[in-house]
Amino acid sequence: MLDNGFPLATESNILKELIKPPTILRTVVNTITGSTNVGDQLPTGQLSVVPWRRTGVKYTNNEAYFDVIEEIDAIIDKSGSTITAEIQGVIDACVKLTGMPDLTLSFMNPRLLDDVSFHPCVRFKRWESERILSFIPPDGNFRLLSYHVSAQNLVAIPVYVKHNISFRDSSSLGRFEITVGPKQTMGKTVEGVMVTSQMPKGVLNMTLTPSQGTHIFDPVTKLLSWDVGKINPQKLPSLKGSMTLQAGTSKPDENPTINLQFKIQQLAISGLKVNRLDMYGEKYKPFKGIKYMTKAGKFQVRT
Amino acid sequence: MLSLLPVQKLLRQLPAGPAGRPKKTAGGDTAEEVTSPVLATEAGQPTCYSALRAEELRPLATTKPMVATGTGPPPTLWRRHDDLKEMLDSNKDSLKLEAMKRIVAMIARGKNASDLFPAVVKNVACKNIEVKKLVYVYLVRYAEEQQDLALLSISTFQRGLKDPNQLIRASALRVLSSIRVPIIVPIMMLAIKEAASDMSPYVRKTAAHAIPKLYSLDSDQKDQLIEVIEKLLADKTTLVAGSVVMAFEEVCPERIDLIHKNYRKLCNLLIDVEEWGQVVIINMLTRYARTQFLSPNQNESLLEESAEKAFYGSEDEDAKDAKAEAASLAKRKPYVMDPDHRLLLRNTKPLLQSRNAAVVMAVAQLYFHLAPKAEVGVIAKALVRLLRSHSEVQYVVLQNVATMSIKRRGMFEPYLKSFYIRSTDPTQIKILKLEVLTNLANETNISTILREFQTYIRSMDKDFVAATIQAIGRCATNIGKVRDTCLNGLVQLLSNRDELVVAESVVVIKKLLQMQPAQHSEIIKHMAKLTDNIQVPMARASILWLIGEYCEHVPKIAPDVLRKMAKSFTNEEDIVKLQVINLAAKLYLTNSKQSKLLTQYVLNLAKYDQNYDIRDRARFIRQLIVPTEKSGALNKYAKKLFLAQKPAPILESSFKDRDHFQLGSLSHLLNTKAVGYQELPDWPDEAPDPSVRNVEVPEWTKCTSREKRKEKVEKPFYSDSEGESGPTESADSEPESVSEESGSSSSSSSSSSGSEEEDEDEEEGSGEQSEDKEEEEEKRLKRKEKEGSQKAASGSTGRYPLGRASRSPIPPWHPPHRSLGPSQLLSPAFGAVRTYELLHRMAGEGLSVEYCFSRRPFPGDPHMVAVQIQISNNTDAEVKSLRVSEPKPLSGMRIQEFPEIERLAPGDTVSVVMGIDFCDSTQAANFQLCTHTRHFYVSIQPPVGELMAPVFMSENEFKKEQGKLMGMSEITEKVTLPEKCRSDHAIVQQVTSAANVGRVPCGADNEYRFAAKTVTSGSLVLITLERREGAAAQLIVNSEKMVIGTMLVKDIVQALAQ
Repeated sequence: MLDNGFPLATESNILKELIKPPTILRTVVNTITGSTNVGDQLPTGQLSVVPWRRTGVKYTNNEAYFDVIEEIDAIIDKSGSTITAEIQGVIDACVKLTGMPDLTLSFMNPRLLDDVSFHPCVRFKRWESERILSFIPPDGNFRLLSYHVSAQNLVAIPVYVKHNISFRDSSSLGRFEITVGPKQTMGKTVEGVMVTSQMPKGVLNMTLTPSQGTHIFDPVTKLLSWDVGKINPQKLPSLKGSMTLQAGTSKPDENPTINLQFKIQQLAISGLKVNRLDMYGEKYKPFKGIKYMTKAGKFQVRT
Repeated sequence: MLSLLPVQKLLRQLPAGPAGRPKKTAGGDTAEEVTSPVLATEAGQPTCYSALRAEELRPLATTKPMVATGTGPPPTLWRRHDDLKEMLDSNKDSLKLEAMKRIVAMIARGKNASDLFPAVVKNVACKNIEVKKLVYVYLVRYAEEQQDLALLSISTFQRGLKDPNQLIRASALRVLSSIRVPIIVPIMMLAIKEAASDMSPYVRKTAAHAIPKLYSLDSDQKDQLIEVIEKLLADKTTLVAGSVVMAFEEVCPERIDLIHKNYRKLCNLLIDVEEWGQVVIINMLTRYARTQFLSPNQNESLLEESAEKAFYGSEDEDAKDAKAEAASLAKRKPYVMDPDHRLLLRNTKPLLQSRNAAVVMAVAQLYFHLAPKAEVGVIAKALVRLLRSHSEVQYVVLQNVATMSIKRRGMFEPYLKSFYIRSTDPTQIKILKLEVLTNLANETNISTILREFQTYIRSMDKDFVAATIQAIGRCATNIGKVRDTCLNGLVQLLSNRDELVVAESVVVIKKLLQMQPAQHSEIIKHMAKLTDNIQVPMARASILWLIGEYCEHVPKIAPDVLRKMAKSFTNEEDIVKLQVINLAAKLYLTNSKQSKLLTQYVLNLAKYDQNYDIRDRARFIRQLIVPTEKSGALNKYAKKLFLAQKPAPILESSFKDRDHFQLGSLSHLLNTKAVGYQELPDWPDEAPDPSVRNVEVPEWTKCTSREKRKEKVEKPFYSDSEGESGPTESADSEPESVSEESGSSSSSSSSSSGSEEEDEDEEEGSGEQSEDKEEEEEKRLKRKEKEGSQKAASGSTGRYPLGRASRSPIPPWHPPHRSLGPSQLLSPAFGAVRTYELLHRMAGEGLSVEYCFSRRPFPGDPHMVAVQIQISNNTDAEVKSLRVSEPKPLSGMRIQEFPEIERLAPGDTVSVVMGIDFCDSTQAANFQLCTHTRHFYVSIQPPVGELMAPVFMSENEFKKEQGKLMGMSEITEKVTLPEKCRSDHAIVQQVTSAANVGRVPCGADNEYRFAAKTVTSGSLVLITLERREGAAAQLIVNSEKMVIGTMLVKDIVQALAQ
């Protein structure tokens, strides 16, 4: 909500209270009673010290879920060595708790976190002194924390890509071969693997056969994408074939870079572990859940 | 009236204003709209009307037959939007809402809806808040066009400004200030002034927002607006702080003096201000600090300077200079950072951890501009973090990093790899990253950077490749060590297939060679060979220039190149032709034997060129170099003119001087001064007086030092204490406290339920004692005037004289465990209890009823006032089933009746308690008192002093609360104290008898303070009585409830006068 161009309220919990999001039940009630979704009271949060939380929250099932999601940003060299690799993580939360709970979340190894940015609800002093996240959560989904794992730690790269892309100067055909394999995955399976590559302009078409998954080459945008799916360590997925190049033009002077996406469930690649979650301020016992996931961020392989 | 409309007109006009027609609510596609002129020619309702409600269709339906017959009576009353007007005039909110939604949709699509103005404005007084809001949207859009009509709505806003709902007050002010009608400027001014002292911080925030709007409408109001800003700047709530600083920046950024007094407060509040406010405040404080504090780096820069001097100056004079410098350095006292400067740096640092990129950027620029060199480094990490976000954010951050990395290279060096370029980055991001990488290059990391650059050169993005080559050139100039490597690399690029790459390399090589040409004749030779292949004019021109400039290094090749160029001269581009002439001239001067004829030939060709620039040049050069009789003087200097030593170009970053713009500002981004940009002043030489920031601390808070205050402010957010839920300064609004009360009262009642049984048992067990108790009760009532209070309190606290009705529906009372903010409700203080007559003996036919306010919290409901009722049966018959019936409370008032008294023996007296929620008003509560035979109409009217319960608060809290209840909420009255009422004791006694208030300790001995909260809403009532000389005294009552305040003043004055 803006006033004269200056932001007045951007907190979603407050906006939801000002104009309640439509639900089926509310629509029914509104048509019967003639009331509207537009709140006529100032959201209490706007004036309180916890502007991010609505008052009078009630749930029959009290639950708090935390997703630790880590993304690996990496640039891998032609020869397979890592040029730069970083881990950026976030903790997304979905908190549905009655009343005004005060939560604390502690980590087994908080030293891993190098640079953090918090949702405004997190008490900074407490983090500074004890490395504990202490906060009164907003209601619903929110991003509690995003962090960066210090660069000193060597980042385990969970996949490798073997590639052989070559253009021959004379002929109008090129060879294309990619194999993706797991590496340092801590025994977890790598899923949701997706390989995309921007081919040079000279490539007219590609005839490829994947050992698994499906692939598409768009001759207009020259974008090759290969949806691999799960990696089976016994039988590594590969994509082989040939490229048709524009006749008469010289070979492109750059090999395409390969962008990789993947997911590993139940693993935080940095080794970050949540120790415990405690709740104060309310009497009931909430259901607590933590999920870990590792994803590829900007993961590039230069060829 | 619609029955008269002509068909043709209707048909013609409908397509003209499709939005005027009722739109189908579901799936009203445009095709339908386009074809709609054929509507209603056939039978059946036109589809586009199908969404309308029945009553809406009625007038339309009447038109239908006529449309069908096609005979239209003449008079035309149909105009566009008539249906909308009708809907707006209807009584149903849902119709109005529908109409308004459509009108606003029209506005959003850019259609003119101004002819609906009168119909819409009428609805500004509508009760439905949704309709009202849409009307506001409409008004803001069209009020400027229809100023006269807009004035009609003003009174509604003025009423809205007085609304008890703060949301309505705020939105009324927001819209009033958005209406750009110059006539209402005085009204706006008044409204803003009033809202600036509103008790709701939300309304005050809106007032701050209104200030720049009024200023843009009428800048003559500036002085008055500055007054309001000054007042709002003093506001202590976090909600207001951001907005008022925004207003300050818009209206009077030059009035830096207004900030002095609020500087520390702003620093301390900063962390709790909402994100967008933080950005504004930080930017403003950066500017402020630049004017008020000394540069933290002044000594260092001085040291550097003198070191440099000493280094270069070997002569005596310089040495003297250095000495003088050193002396002045010594004279200058060592730099001590102003504690306020430190405070700012300390309080902004945690904000680097904000999730909002704008806040992080603001703090980063603050540190860059204000922090000592050693501390600036902390911002690097946060800025690098921002690089992960969207490309727009990346772009802005990289621009700033580029500027910072020139001045403070070391800061970003550890994060070098974060600036590595990915093939998926957009080009402008790539180029900025390249800029940063180049800035960060030094002797240690250059090899890694160059290796990285090598990959970039092979990129498909040619603009980026060109930028990379430029970057390599810059690295080579800056770091002498790698110059040869770079040059070799660039020369290799000359054989690249891409022309653009080659051309760029040639240009860069040319610049590099200029620095040390002697050693590189090989490269020049290589480049001379390239003239056959390279087609890019700029590159060809560069090569020719190089050969001409250094023709003495390649004496054999140069004339040959000229020969080739002469051959192709006519086909060359203009810049190449100019360079060919140039080359010819230079060769003529150095090697005239070989090149004389060639030069003549080239000049002749140029003489007849199409381009007059080239013809001119040819003529000029011919005169200059070829000696004739006429051309005299200049000829001798031709060699000097052409072959003068040329300084090597300096390759430097385009971000070099950008740091004179405040970082993070639009001006910095554009590298040109934007409108409204506030110049970042330079550090002052002498620090201005720091005492201006000292806030006048009233005596009572002197003990709380700055640190302590800071703690207090920070507490709600980042402190470790568990007691966060208590409202702080920023939470002094009614809804907050009400909700809290209800929450706590429910908890207290639940905790009391456990002990209920016990109590009942006890009461049953003590049935025999009840007679004694009753006696005691009677005695107590007799002594009520004097010692009654204390004794009763101690005698039967917690146990209510409920008569024989032992099984009461009212749960026994337990002391409340609630904490109302800083103050706690006290068990009531008893002054002398006054009794009032409810039913006279005569009127009640022998039944007499008296009541008094026991001043104890009513069990079960903290919002009720406990009224103790004493009923005596003076008849000689038994009175049965005595009860309250048919209470007729006014709106909001609630009455908790006492349990029915089954029988009352003659001559007996019974005392019961009932609770009445008076809703903080002195309206009488009317009800009937029934016996088994009669009904008596009675009413209880509470004195205002009984509508409150005492609270305990410390002196400081009292002062703080009082500070919030200024202005309208404060009532001052002069009192003359009578002779007998001058002792402390008497005064306290009189005040506490007049009102149920608690004494607040007070340092000064001629002052008396009392505090209470109204029972229903819990709003504070603060009483201050200050004795002057003699009998004079001043009474101040502070309360949000102005009516209560006024009446209370009257009552206390009366009580004191007795």
